[in-house]
Amino acid sequence: MSAALAAGTAAGWASRVTGRGAGTQVSGRVMLMIEPDLIATVAHGRHVTIISATNGKTTTTRLLAEALRACGTPVASNHTGANMPAGVAAALGRDPEPEVAVLEVDERWVPKVVGPLHAELLVLGNLTRDQLDRFGEVRSIAEKWRVVCANHPDLAVVANASDPHVVWSVGAHANVTWVAVGAPWRSDAATCPECSALLTWSADLFHCDHCGFTQPDATYRLSEDALITPTGRVELGIRLPGDWNRMNAALALAVAIAHFDCDPERAAVGVRSVEVVSGRFSTCRLSDGRDALVLLAKNPAGWTEVLRWLEPRSTAVVLAVNAHVADGRDPSWLWDVPYELLRGKDVAASGERALDVAVRLDYGGVPHIVEHDPLRAAARLPGDVHIIASYTQFTHLTRASW
Amino acid sequence: MTRASAVRVGLVYPELLGTYGDRGNAVVLVERCARRGIEAELVEIAAGTTIPASLDIYLFGGGEDDAQIMAAQGMRASRSAIDTARASGAVMFAVCAGFQLLGSTYEANDGEILDGLGLVDLATRSGAGRLIGECVVEPAAVTGLPALTGFENHGGRTTLGPDEVPLGRVTVGHGNGVSGGDGTEVDGVLADRILGTYLHGPVLPRNPALADHLLGWVLGADALTPLNDGVVDRLRTERLHDARLTGLAARRRDWHCNRG
Repeated sequence: MSAALAAGTAAGWASRVTGRGAGTQVSGRVMLMIEPDLIATVAHGRHVTIISATNGKTTTTRLLAEALRACGTPVASNHTGANMPAGVAAALGRDPEPEVAVLEVDERWVPKVVGPLHAELLVLGNLTRDQLDRFGEVRSIAEKWRVVCANHPDLAVVANASDPHVVWSVGAHANVTWVAVGAPWRSDAATCPECSALLTWSADLFHCDHCGFTQPDATYRLSEDALITPTGRVELGIRLPGDWNRMNAALALAVAIAHFDCDPERAAVGVRSVEVVSGRFSTCRLSDGRDALVLLAKNPAGWTEVLRWLEPRSTAVVLAVNAHVADGRDPSWLWDVPYELLRGKDVAASGERALDVAVRLDYGGVPHIVEHDPLRAAARLPGDVHIIASYTQFTHLTRASW
Repeated sequence: MTRASAVRVGLVYPELLGTYGDRGNAVVLVERCARRGIEAELVEIAAGTTIPASLDIYLFGGGEDDAQIMAAQGMRASRSAIDTARASGAVMFAVCAGFQLLGSTYEANDGEILDGLGLVDLATRSGAGRLIGECVVEPAAVTGLPALTGFENHGGRTTLGPDEVPLGRVTVGHGNGVSGGDGTEVDGVLADRILGTYLHGPVLPRNPALADHLLGWVLGADALTPLNDGVVDRLRTERLHDARLTGLAARRRDWHCNRG
């Protein structure tokens, strides 16, 4: 095993110094090439928690790790967002001491790693449309998760009660704790996952009038800026921006309390300590000395949340969009995002697909400049600047801070 | 030409047929009217309701498999309203799942054969593997349209009946995914005030001439004063160039495979 770890670590170092990436993914790939069972080996004897979701898995993983650390529990974690088997193997191999491992896993890879990792807990956040050309439709991921839950009756599950696809994938699993974090994005859950009839939504609750599929009663619930637990109320007070991060924090805190028996207040201190997650919400220095805040948005749900958060703020905005495999090769989702919210702001269409963005903004009545390089685009805009970036643009812009 | 009322653009069941950004097609049609001083209105037809007969253009977009089944039920239940609308000159424009539903039958993901609207003679069956990628279609000469650029992402293979005419010939990608007798592939369907295609992108933002073609069916060609499409022209040049490179790479791959 040590040979595999050493070779992998060397490859990761090479990747970092040559500027190709954060290095975790490549080092894990080398490790798995040398020793295919490495995942099971590095996970042996550890208490493994897996976190998966379309949006927020990296942040939720980090928040849970910090909550546990604040309660005195050392944690191993794949904190850079490398969430395929290679990244998981690398993270565990790099940090052999802690008995507790909190691991973010890509939605599609959950079925492949639950068994080898002997996972004890599965945390399921949300399922929305993402990279349709690559991952297929939401339904196919929900089916994969459903098989995992059905095949592992001993696995503890903490899941988002507000997401119909998540609820359906947990199915009749006995050992589940429900956390209701709300459902601001419903466009990918119009039909009942059970019987395909139209779902009825009222406030944040869903119900199927045809087959009776409905939102389960939750033990934990997000209410404004607090988590309501069976024993009381815990203020979140997080420093990360946006409603979506309150949802991530509520889920992480509920896991810490329900599964790890953490003191709610101490766990909340850990959650509040997080300011930057794997480059998310970090800044880029512009040529004129100003700093621009960089935000990641990967899919319509994520973009919509970020735009709602930006709307009341006085800031210029660069929209940096690529369409590589990791971004989704089809940027037609641009038309499902309410860019009209940017009217009145200084805006730049940027990234390799700047022209797709420009056409979208043009029809949305948002005046803008077109500049393919996002840093140059930011420098051309006045005042405070936020850069919202698709995945490959984001990793490029934040590489220095990983 | 003056109209007594605004152009009413109906977006059919956007919750079900809106997975691939096809809402953009409705936005473009309404906005291209507005820029010409023609009053236009976007009417969203909510899933679960009957489609009204009073609209000028009906848009059917792409959706997930389960959603497509729900949409088909609503569309079949609205058949008489759609016939009424067609009789008074309304235009039907359909993309991907919506295109399949204009036909006689389609295949659900469990293999069941289900009925579509039957407005045109075409049938869709699932094929081996999804057809995903940039796509270029050379429209039939009668349309006078330039090359269409789009992105396809579907598992369906659509066969046109003997009397139906495709929208055009595919030069990059797959379109309907069924080879004609001469080995070429075609995309979509073109009938009397009916136009279907597999192209997303969405297709009308990328192809303003196609948007105006549909509007011309409603307003008459004289109403369509030229608009400034400068940034769209740049996008089209970029997409068509990109697709040609993709197409060349695919052909080279096929050539090597066939030789080996």
